Amino acid sequence: MIELKDVSKTFTLHNQGSAVIEVINDVSLSVAKGECVALTGASGAGKSTLMRMIYGNYLTQAGEIRIGGVDLVQAEPREVIALRREVLGYVSQFLRVVPRVPTMEVVAEPMRAVGVSVKDAEARAKKLLSQLNIPERLWSLSPTTFSGGEQQRVNIARGFAHEYPAMLLDEPTASLDAANREVVLSLIEEAKARGAAIIGIFHDEAARDRVCDREIDVSAFTPKMAA
Amino acid sequence: MTPLLSVQGVTKHYGRHIGCADVSFDLYPGEVMGIVGESGSGKSTLLNCMAGHLAPDSGQVVFDTRTDGPRDTVTMSEPERRMLGRTDWAFVHQHARDGLRMGVSAGGNVGERLMAVGERHYGDIRDKATDWLQRVEIDAERVDDRPTTFSGGMQQRLQIARNLVTGPRLVFMDEPTGGLDVSVQARLLDLLRGLVRDLGLSAIIVTHDLAVVRLLADRLMVMKSGRVVEAGLTDQVLDDPQHAYSQLLVSSVLQV
Amino acid sequence: MSESAYNFAYLDEQTKRMIRRAILKGLAIPGYQVPFASREMPMPYGWGTGGVQVSAAVLTPEDTFKVIDQGADDTTNAVSIRTFFERTADVETTTETSAASVIQTRHRIPEEPLTEDQILVYQVPIPEPLRFLEPRESETRKMHSLEEYGLMHVKLYEDISRHGHIATSYAYPVKVEGRYVMDPSPIPKFDNPKLGQMAAVQLFGAGREQRIYALPPYTDVVSLDFDDHPFEASKADQVCGLCGAEDSYLDEVIIDDQGGRLFCCSDTDYCTSRRAAGHQGPAFPGSEVAA
Repeated sequence: MIELKDVSKTFTLHNQGSAVIEVINDVSLSVAKGECVALTGASGAGKSTLMRMIYGNYLTQAGEIRIGGVDLVQAEPREVIALRREVLGYVSQFLRVVPRVPTMEVVAEPMRAVGVSVKDAEARAKKLLSQLNIPERLWSLSPTTFSGGEQQRVNIARGFAHEYPAMLLDEPTASLDAANREVVLSLIEEAKARGAAIIGIFHDEAARDRVCDREIDVSAFTPKMAA
Repeated sequence: MTPLLSVQGVTKHYGRHIGCADVSFDLYPGEVMGIVGESGSGKSTLLNCMAGHLAPDSGQVVFDTRTDGPRDTVTMSEPERRMLGRTDWAFVHQHARDGLRMGVSAGGNVGERLMAVGERHYGDIRDKATDWLQRVEIDAERVDDRPTTFSGGMQQRLQIARNLVTGPRLVFMDEPTGGLDVSVQARLLDLLRGLVRDLGLSAIIVTHDLAVVRLLADRLMVMKSGRVVEAGLTDQVLDDPQHAYSQLLVSSVLQV
Repeated sequence: MSESAYNFAYLDEQTKRMIRRAILKGLAIPGYQVPFASREMPMPYGWGTGGVQVSAAVLTPEDTFKVIDQGADDTTNAVSIRTFFERTADVETTTETSAASVIQTRHRIPEEPLTEDQILVYQVPIPEPLRFLEPRESETRKMHSLEEYGLMHVKLYEDISRHGHIATSYAYPVKVEGRYVMDPSPIPKFDNPKLGQMAAVQLFGAGREQRIYALPPYTDVVSLDFDDHPFEASKADQVCGLCGAEDSYLDEVIIDDQGGRLFCCSDTDYCTSRRAAGHQGPAFPGSEVAA
C-alpha cells in the first residue's frame, strides 16, 4: 500500500550561506495492507522528516513514494490533495484548525470532504468524541480553547474519522492518560483489522510493541548521523 | 479533467517596470490557490489581469465557460468578459468600499447582480438577498440598511454575499481579510472556507498573510519582482520552502 | 443693438447645423445621448438652455411656437423663452397646443394628443438616468454601450424597499425600442405613457450637460418596473376644480391663508379650452350645477 524506493532528501538553506544538509539518503521500504510499521531512531534521526515526506508535506528530491498507485514525488498538487482526502490520513502531534469552528465540525470535516452525509458524519464524530472522553458540553465549542490533552484527543478523533486505507501517526499516544491511551491503541488495532497500512512514530515502547508488526530504524538512512 | 482557469505566459509591464512576467498555471474546479509575496511583487497586477480589470501585454487567461468550453478571456469581446464578471466570476476587494455601493441598501447591493442578469421580480430578489445576508451572518433585519452603517467585518461579508449571489464558479480575492481585526478575520476566514467547500467554488486569493493561505488555500504561488519563484502544495511550500525568497518569507513570520 | 442684428433665432447658422446634426443622429439612434457643443445662451443654466438651442435649430420662419413650463403658458420661464423667440426669430407664438408646430416644454407633455406635424422640445437638467448611482461618466457610457442596465432596477428596488412602492414620480426611467434606457426629463410619470407611439417628433436638449437625444415618431417606449410592482401612471385622485377634467394631470394650489387648496389642470391650455367649451369644475363659481 505504501512503497518507498530510493528516496532521498536534502535541505538547502539559502539564507545561511546556501548550506546543503542531507537528511534522508536512499530509503526503500514498503508497508502492506493491515500492517503497522514503527519508525525508530534517536531524536533528530529524521523520523518526522521521513513521515512528512511520505505525506507530501516535505518535498522529496529523489526516488519514488507510491501510495495507492500515486507517486507523491511527481504528483500534481491536486492529486496530492485528492490522495490526502481519500487515501492518506495523518495524525500529527498538534491540532491545527480554523478558529471558531466547533469541535463537532472539526471531527466531522474529513468525512464531509469525502461526501458522507451530515447526519452520518456527525454520528461517527459523536461516537469518537465519546470514546476519547471529550465531554459532550465541549462539542459545540472550538477546540482552540481546550487543554493540550483535549486538543490531542480531538486531533485523534479527527484523524480516525474517515477510514483511510493508509495512515501516518506521529506519537499518537503522547501525553495521554492510561484510559485514553487504551482507546487510541484500540482505534489503531481496528484500523489494521480493516486493512489500513500504517506507519507510526511511538516513543511509548509498550504501545509500539502492542500494535506494530515491524520496526525500521531511520538512523540507517541519515548520513548526518552516520558522519 | 479540464482546468477551470488556465493561465499561460501572462505578462504585464508598466512602462519599463515589470508588473508580472510570464506567469503560467492551471486551476482546477474546487481548488483554492493562494498567491503570496511582498508589496510590489506583482500579485495584485496578476490578479487584475486574470479578472479582466487589466489587459495583459501578452499571454492567455483561458476560462472554461459554461456554454462554450475553454475561451481566452483576454481576447474575448468586452461584453462577454463583463458578463463573466457578473455571472461566473466574483471579485472580492480588499476594501469593501471598492466592492459595494455605499449609497444603496444591503439588499440592493446583493440584488444588483441578480437584476443585472435579468431578474425582474422584486419579491424574489429580496428573498434571495435576505437569504444571502443570513448566509454571511448578517441579520435579515439589516436588509434595508446602507453599508455605511455596517462595521468593517460586516461590510466585507456583505461584499462576499453580493458576489456569491449569482453562483459564480471562480472567486478572485484581493487581501480579503486585510484591514480587519484579528477576531473578525478569523470569523471571515471560517465563513469563506465553509462557502468555498459547500458551493464547490474555486478561488484565487492574493494576500501577504501566510496564515490566511494556510487555512484557505490548497496550493500556493510565491511571487517576487513580478515572477513566480515557487509553487506547490500550500503546506509543502510553507513547511519546506525551496527558493531563497520563500525561505526568507516563511522565516520572517513572527511565531505566536 | 436691436434684435434684428441677431441671426434668425439667435444662434449662428454653423451652430444650428452642428445642433441639427446632433438631432439627426439622436433620431437615428432613439434614446442615445449625443454629445454636442452647447453654446452660452443669454440665460442661466437650468432655465432651459438646452431646449432653447434645440428650438433655435429646428425653428423656421413659418413655424408657430408655444412654450410651457410645468404645463403653463403664463409662467416666467415660458413667457421669457416665448418672448425671446418672438424677438430673435420673429415667429408666430401661441398658447394653443393644436395651433403650435414647435412646442418647447419644461416638465410636462400637453394633454391634447400631438400630431405628425408637431415637434415637442424638452428641457433636460440631467440627461443621464444612471447618474445618481454611478457617478463616473466613462462607466455610464460603457453601461449604455454594453446594455448593462441592472443598476437602473437597483434604483427602483431601493424605492420599493424604502417606501413599499416605486416612489419615483417624475423623471421615471424608460427603455426605448428595447435598447437604450433614457431619462424622459422631469415629466411626471403620469406622462410616461404618452412618450411611446407619439405621432410628433420628441427632442431632448440638456445645455449644461451638453447632450441631445430624441424619439422619432411612433417609437416604442416602456417604463421600467418589476413583475410584482408594475409601472403605474399616477395622478392626484381628484378632478380639476376649474374644468372638471378627470383625465388630466393636476396641480395642487394653495388658495388662501387658511390652507384651502384647489386641484386644477397643470396644462393651462387644456383647462382653458375645456372651460371655453362649457365644462365646469366643482370649484368654479356656481359649480353646484356642474358637479
